[in-house]
Amino acid sequence: MTLACAATLAARGFDIDLEVGEGERVAVLGQNGSGKSTLLGVLAGTLRPDAGRASLDGRVLFDLGPGRRLWLPPHRRGIALLAQDPLLFPHLTVLDNVAFAPRVGGAPRADARARAERWLEEVEVLPLAGRRPHELSGGEAQRVALARALAAEPALLLLDEPMAAVDVAVAPMLRRVLRRVLAGRTTMIVTHDLLDALLLSDRLVVMEEGRVAESGPTEETLRHPRAGFTARLAGLNLIRGTRDGGGVVGRDGVRIDGTTGDAPALRDGDPAAAAFAPAEVSIYLSPPTGSPRNHLPVTITEVEPHGELVRVRGDDHHGHSIAADVTPVSVAELDLYPGRDVTFVVKAATVTIYPA
Amino acid sequence: MPAAAGAAFVVVPLLALGLRVDWSRFGELLGSPSSLAALTLSLQTSAVATLACLVLGVPMALVLARRRFPGRQVVRSLALLPLVLPPVVGGIALLYTFGRRGLLGQTLDVLGVPVAFTSVAVVLAQTFVALPFLVVSLEGTLRSVGQRYEAVAATLGAPPSTVLCRVTLPLVLPGLLSGAVLSFARALGEFGATITFAGSLQGVTRTLPLEIYLRQVDDPDAAMALSLVLVAVAIGITVATARLGERAHR
Repeated sequence: MTLACAATLAARGFDIDLEVGEGERVAVLGQNGSGKSTLLGVLAGTLRPDAGRASLDGRVLFDLGPGRRLWLPPHRRGIALLAQDPLLFPHLTVLDNVAFAPRVGGAPRADARARAERWLEEVEVLPLAGRRPHELSGGEAQRVALARALAAEPALLLLDEPMAAVDVAVAPMLRRVLRRVLAGRTTMIVTHDLLDALLLSDRLVVMEEGRVAESGPTEETLRHPRAGFTARLAGLNLIRGTRDGGGVVGRDGVRIDGTTGDAPALRDGDPAAAAFAPAEVSIYLSPPTGSPRNHLPVTITEVEPHGELVRVRGDDHHGHSIAADVTPVSVAELDLYPGRDVTFVVKAATVTIYPA
Repeated sequence: MPAAAGAAFVVVPLLALGLRVDWSRFGELLGSPSSLAALTLSLQTSAVATLACLVLGVPMALVLARRRFPGRQVVRSLALLPLVLPPVVGGIALLYTFGRRGLLGQTLDVLGVPVAFTSVAVVLAQTFVALPFLVVSLEGTLRSVGQRYEAVAATLGAPPSTVLCRVTLPLVLPGLLSGAVLSFARALGEFGATITFAGSLQGVTRTLPLEIYLRQVDDPDAAMALSLVLVAVAIGITVATARLGERAHR
């Protein structure tokens, strides 16, 4: 295990225990305030937990608790951080920014610059070596910042929403570069973007209220989300509860029928979750009859354009916000507006039921 | 209108001074031995005082801007006291500290380092009044630059001393320079604390402002010519700090 970290910080309701393997790329997802930034701060050494212990490649980063007061300062951790904002040193050229870590590490100037050039080449911005940071575009600056972090040859690289401040037009380019240079590198990336998680991580860690709510292989976790946030992120509707016959009974008796597919057999009473895509949901003004369908009475809370379709969100009064994607024509024909009571209908065949 | 009146209030007296100067005798007035001695002494002592401000003020600004400790507001207020204190009072305070009968003066005297009524006293008086200018200017710059670059440097493996030399100080250089220039200007214009604490010995403690004050009685033309020199220096300094400010905002 490369990184092992357990830490609590009462003031932020933060309590986490996680491990990252050698060369593993972990994506950390969660809503604002779920503790993602706290996690990065604790690892980078800018935020001190109340208690806990962490080690990286066998070196102890901190060991805090009754009678234990070990705390390694940020510069001795071998952990580099790439933030939203590139934060290139404005008084140095691009080349000297990237050469900063090798220089600090004791490399002679020529050697440090040669290494910096290699990293600039790696992120495809070598021609910019002589520029000043204020002469760069946002995407260029972020790639230089990436090269600067990599030049430190960190044992662990932290990325804090590295695409958030970058132009939509250059994001694919940066994503491609990240995908290449992060391959096989021990990385923790905090992101809001599903695509980033899919392309840049092997494992997903979902945080809720300062704790790890869910953790598992990225694709698998997104296909069968257990936490509500993961499901919303994956664009799926999720109802959690217990297995009952051919379906799932959620809180307050909401019942959804579905198929278990090739998932391991579930017994009645086992915790289970039902997931279905918004595109599989149709909207009726009064409950229809016939065929094995699920009927969910809801009050519309939101009607928003979603690509070529319209995403209608409904509240089922049992704590679920369910999305339905319908055509603009049906929105007009059915006269859908927030506050209107309607019935969401979804065929049992399109609902996946799996162990939660 | 009030803005124009304000500008006129500042500019008109300077014009009045320029109009009254006897330009035909300008060179002669500046070239007199006592004028030259005062000018040389002022430049030398102000330069040394500026250095002293840098040596003392940079650590002060760093501590005030970067450290959190109880009573920080009180310490800052005390550090900035010379800004609002009448210079004469500052001079008297210095006299009772470094003077022959002062708190530290007696010890210094015994050690063979007399301070009062020497050029050292001039530098002390100038440093006392000029130090807050450097501290205020640098502390403001340190705060506006923030600590994010310093945090990045640390995650790249730079220990605190390296961060200070390679990141913090280069980043605040414009603020540091404008603070130093302001301190130099304040030192150059220092009068009250100097005359109280250092006296007025030609070539030893009689700086340019003291010379101007004395000449005003027996040779007003010379006083005006010397005043004009200080006005020119002040304008030069204002322009220089404005340039530095622009560079800092780029």
